Amino acid sequence: MNAHSHHEESFFRKYIWSTDHKIIGLQYGLTALLFLSVGFFLMMVMRWQLAYPETPIPFVGSFFGEDGILLPEIYNSLGAMHGTIMIFLGVVPLAVGAFGNYLVPLQIGAPDMAFPKLNATSYWSYFIGGVIMMGSFFSEEGAARSGWTSYPPLADIEVGQTIWLIGMVFLITSSLLGSINIITTIVQLRAPGLTWSRLPFFVWTQLVTSFLLVLAFPPLEAAAVLQLMDRVASTSFFLPSGLVISGEALAVSGGGSPLLWQHLFWFLAHPEVYVLILPAMGIVSEVLANNTRKPLWGYNSLVYSVIFLGFMSFVVWAHHMFLTGMGTAMSSFFQITTMIISIPSVIILSALLISLWGASIRFNTPMLFALAFLPMFGIGGLTGLPLGMAASDIYLHDTYYVIGHFHYVVAPGTIFALFAGIYYWYPKITGRRMNEGLGQLHFWPSLLFMNGVFMPMFIQGLAGVSRRLWDGGLEYAHAAGVLQWNEFMSISAWLLGISQIPFIINIFYSLKRGEKVDRNPWEATTLEWAAPSPPLPHINFETLPEVHREAYEYSVPGRNRDFTPQTEPKKG
Amino acid sequence: MEIPYTVDERPDTGIYNAKLGIWLFLASEVMLFGGLFSAYVFLRLGAPVGAFHEWGQELNVPLATLNTLILISSSMTMVMSWVSLKMNDFKKFKLYMALTLLCALCFLVIKYLEYSAKIHHHIYPSTNTFYAIYFTLTGLHGLHIIGGMVVLFYLWVPGSNMWNTKPEQFTNRIEIVGLYWHFVDLVWIFLFPILYLL
Repeated sequence: MNAHSHHEESFFRKYIWSTDHKIIGLQYGLTALLFLSVGFFLMMVMRWQLAYPETPIPFVGSFFGEDGILLPEIYNSLGAMHGTIMIFLGVVPLAVGAFGNYLVPLQIGAPDMAFPKLNATSYWSYFIGGVIMMGSFFSEEGAARSGWTSYPPLADIEVGQTIWLIGMVFLITSSLLGSINIITTIVQLRAPGLTWSRLPFFVWTQLVTSFLLVLAFPPLEAAAVLQLMDRVASTSFFLPSGLVISGEALAVSGGGSPLLWQHLFWFLAHPEVYVLILPAMGIVSEVLANNTRKPLWGYNSLVYSVIFLGFMSFVVWAHHMFLTGMGTAMSSFFQITTMIISIPSVIILSALLISLWGASIRFNTPMLFALAFLPMFGIGGLTGLPLGMAASDIYLHDTYYVIGHFHYVVAPGTIFALFAGIYYWYPKITGRRMNEGLGQLHFWPSLLFMNGVFMPMFIQGLAGVSRRLWDGGLEYAHAAGVLQWNEFMSISAWLLGISQIPFIINIFYSLKRGEKVDRNPWEATTLEWAAPSPPLPHINFETLPEVHREAYEYSVPGRNRDFTPQTEPKKG
Repeated sequence: MEIPYTVDERPDTGIYNAKLGIWLFLASEVMLFGGLFSAYVFLRLGAPVGAFHEWGQELNVPLATLNTLILISSSMTMVMSWVSLKMNDFKKFKLYMALTLLCALCFLVIKYLEYSAKIHHHIYPSTNTFYAIYFTLTGLHGLHIIGGMVVLFYLWVPGSNMWNTKPEQFTNRIEIVGLYWHFVDLVWIFLFPILYLL
């Protein structure tokens, strides 16, 4: 240790403009958890309107309309902002910003990220983007209400969109800077001996995710700039000629194309789906390997699959656009690529499933969440196949089936994995284990109610109920047979909200009262467990770790312990 | 424990951190302008046949040609400033940096003249889709020039003290900003034909 690390830092340098990847990771994590609750809250309000249309919302109704009844335009705002907040302010910052920042340098044995100041900049850019998005609720026009996909022409003319676009520019900038940093860190700062084939799978997923962010986000930034021009400088990038609104011809030059937006948007937003899921797969792999006390099954297959997945995710975007009339040749192409991309996903899921074979599994809270991830993500992934095929998608497009599908991927999928990660690495961050009883009290109801919320969506979707209806389908005859599920889903959603209370209590309770642990409480092999808990400020390790073996040497026959850390030298 | 490879190359990757960082940043920039260029193609194909060419006739080709030459020259002076540092000639570095900044300034002045001529003739981004993409692309490129100038100016005067303390790292910084500067130049090399000539 050098003398440099001993001098006292001011509060501002230590907690606000900190350049320590661990503090920045925690900043990301806490902010993202806060935004996740906000996004969840918006949805709970919407679910009241869906369960009991046009009745006053209890407790918070006065914020959302006169007499406490949710107005249709506010409902649209809540829908658009729920998606925006959950994806861009919640899950991605938590999965990449928080977990990536905190764990990647530790798992590769580096003292910090490659560019610490850039790291702080990327957090604060995210923060400003978040403030702008939140502020839009209180602006004169209100928050964006054109869906998180912001399809023009609607998004070009509807109020609230300008602030959304400006907020997005900050969020995109933040993601770009963050992912450049993660890639550089992984390529350049791996500890001596940590070759590519010895990298923990989590680091691989972060690497691929960061590449997706670097290459996919700029086209959305381009699209955002064009839409901003449409709104601010009255250009017609996305406005076709002869557009009539409320009986009046729109006074623009026309000649633009609404489809252009969809192409640019989905060129980002499809890789974005993998940005949401890959880090989750990484976290689940770490937790599985540790709690099955076995090496991951098929490490090489996992790595090649995740790289192939990343590559393929750039050539599937137009499967979101089968209904736009882009032609059968295009549809066939994107249908085929979509079927191809499901193969590596299935390989990854299968490899993780086979990893359980013959293991004496430790059923602790992180493992329960990781185990639940497997079937939940399985349901999400398999229900996606009919959407990837043009013929069945024509029927299912824009119904609740789609909502059910991607929420199974992201909510009981990714978010369960993130919970697993929080329970698993909490001892590393704080030096104390989270309470096991409260953890179980969090897990079981969450699993139950998650399915209560999302399973009926498939039923409603197959009946043809559209996804953006303010009254939940009340006015449609074809929806009449499945409307009773609305109340069921809403009550499940509120109970799901209540089920998160043990988690929140656990975070604070265990900070003071949790069982004290040393540096390797789970008897794990990867490098982060070689650092003290919590790792030293700015330098992480007392001495630079050296790596001598592969990432998951669990239960190797003939050894006296069932795990061999990567730092342990080979004999002879 | 310092962060390794901030100045020296990592033996197995053959590169120092910031250089990988700037290349990744430029990759994202390629995707940004790539998105905008494909928007240009999309709009051009959607417009009536020949309309883009016809609308583009209002543009001032000689001025844009001059601007192209100026920008290429600035790229050359940029390289020369880096080479000067490599050859330990700090005075020449200062001179070439000044020339680079001067070129950038000339470029912006000419761009300003072009813009004001358009506005004088009542041509705005809202006039038609050609001018929409023209103003967006050149405007965004102009912002990149301005951003580059801020960094160049910093390295030219206030930041150049680093030469006395960490000459190697300072030389690296010039290389990095040079890579960015060449990229901005390259974008213009694409913009010039598709907007002015086609």
